Amino acid sequence: MKGDRVLMRGSDTAGEAAVRAGCRFYFGYPITPQNELPEYLASRLPEVGGVFIQAESEVASINIALGASAAGARVMTSSSSPGISLMQEGISYMVGSQLPAVIVNMMRGGPGLGNIAPSAADYLQTTRGGGHGDCRMPVLAPADCQELAELTFLAFDLADKYRTPVILLGDGLMGQVMEPVIFPDPIDPAKLAPKDWALDGCEGREPRIICSYYPQTGELYSHNFLLQAKYDAISANEMRWESYATEDAKVIVVAYGTASRIARSAIDDLREQGFQIGMFRPITLWPFPEAALREVVGEGRSVAVFELCLGQMVEDVRLAVKGQDAIHFLGVPGGNIPTPSEVAEFLKSIADGSGGIGRRIAV
Amino acid sequence: MSTKTMKKVFAFPTSLKPAETHYCPGCGHSIAHRLVAECLDELNLRGRTIGVPGVGCAFLAYNYFNFDVVEAPHGRALAVATGVKRVHPDKFVITYQGDGDLAAIGTGETIHAANRGEKISTVFINNAIYGMTGGQMAPTTIIGQRSTTTPGGRSAVRDGSPIDISRMLAVADGAVYIERCALTTVKDIRKAKRAMAKSFRCQLEGLGFSLVELLSPCPTNWKLTPKDAWKWVNEDLQQVFPVGVIKDTTGFEETA
Repeated sequence: MKGDRVLMRGSDTAGEAAVRAGCRFYFGYPITPQNELPEYLASRLPEVGGVFIQAESEVASINIALGASAAGARVMTSSSSPGISLMQEGISYMVGSQLPAVIVNMMRGGPGLGNIAPSAADYLQTTRGGGHGDCRMPVLAPADCQELAELTFLAFDLADKYRTPVILLGDGLMGQVMEPVIFPDPIDPAKLAPKDWALDGCEGREPRIICSYYPQTGELYSHNFLLQAKYDAISANEMRWESYATEDAKVIVVAYGTASRIARSAIDDLREQGFQIGMFRPITLWPFPEAALREVVGEGRSVAVFELCLGQMVEDVRLAVKGQDAIHFLGVPGGNIPTPSEVAEFLKSIADGSGGIGRRIAV
Repeated sequence: MSTKTMKKVFAFPTSLKPAETHYCPGCGHSIAHRLVAECLDELNLRGRTIGVPGVGCAFLAYNYFNFDVVEAPHGRALAVATGVKRVHPDKFVITYQGDGDLAAIGTGETIHAANRGEKISTVFINNAIYGMTGGQMAPTTIIGQRSTTTPGGRSAVRDGSPIDISRMLAVADGAVYIERCALTTVKDIRKAKRAMAKSFRCQLEGLGFSLVELLSPCPTNWKLTPKDAWKWVNEDLQQVFPVGVIKDTTGFEETA
């Protein structure tokens, strides 16, 4: 089905894109709302000679992935919010040991067991390192199935290029929604660049060690600077974002993922009514496209933030738009999905100056 | 006069780096490392071995093992090793784990790797104490044994009894060979090496999961002299953890 347009669920899309991106190893543990992804790969991977293991926990999943990555393979695991919390130890080890992997988080409501509805309340958990220590890793946030397919390819490329885990951040809606997708051309894993650091036995070469432990005085100091240089390179080269209807906009709303789709519908409706409203959609949540947002906002435009949580990305927006008086914030928690007209009311109240919907956050 | 040709009968193992270890005098780790290295050398496995040490006193084993090694988070060695082995089914994968790593924090990963029948050889060091962190109670600490967190001795009522993880693992269908040995007398050490070689052969023949538990002295944290520590292994620890074959479905004997 090369180049064909197919109708696919979000979770299945991520699985199929992973296979086409050359991933032959997936390890995961069931948790709603992302079970369709492991289920898809349980039947798909054996077709291409790959390995699927249903592990006994998310802790095991991420560590089996760590081992497969150390052995040089492209590897994926996935979970939803509480399961990602369990994976954070392994994620930190992978960042420290410089091991690539793609980790899908189809977020659900929290904290705790929360609920299984679409939510976007893991922004800070994910973008502030994703694990203990001086830890950073790229976080990609698709807004639809087509973009999910493309970002899955990008995630594997970034993971290998920078030797880092990469998070694909969706939510329960992204995981469940069915949309048409055209997949990028498949990659033959045998043709991927060899990894000169991976473990395959030391025959004919010196033994290799993969670890995150640097006990001698000054070793970890240097290692942290090495990691920081990588984080800086990712920040310099890999920021991605999309601007929508911003040219003449008097109000710029910042939103990502599912929230951005609702905001887009609201903007389309409002534009028909003559309101000049546009959207800035970060695609990389870390690195956050701060300078691009600042440029889009420019002078004299109002800034709004709409999130499916009570205010996490808004902190990054505040840092980016220093000099603005305030940010208008609408947060919807608990897995509730507002309609476009509810978001339109919020945006309209900013555009016409009436206010009163959402929160006004001083910058 | 007849000329005699000298035959090399003993050498430092290639699978060990010529490094001085950080282990305490009388510790069993150095002996266990040596046995691992000798078995790998004798089976000509060094060049295709990937080792996964757990977190504990032996987490720096990569400074001594002269082959590829990947670090695992505490308790996760058998999960990490599963990933390595599934990517490289033709390579040789061992984990080297202590009792805290394998039988407390990593119990889940251990049981499920064994149950999946992962073709991995595990060396399990049971010294009945947390060594690296300074002598706290281990899952294998025996009743009455003092540790820094059982100052009056382990109490079955308060702390539970020592866990015999090897016997627990034996009920898993995926586990084909499990033996407990002691790193004390020469006879015991030779037996331990034979068990290790057999465990390695289980993997080479693709039979399933195998584990050799080694009762190992920790004079420092037991607060005994090395000699008394060996005696304690033989007279006290073996009362709770008797040496011998716990499970063997292989159908072959190791003769080496």
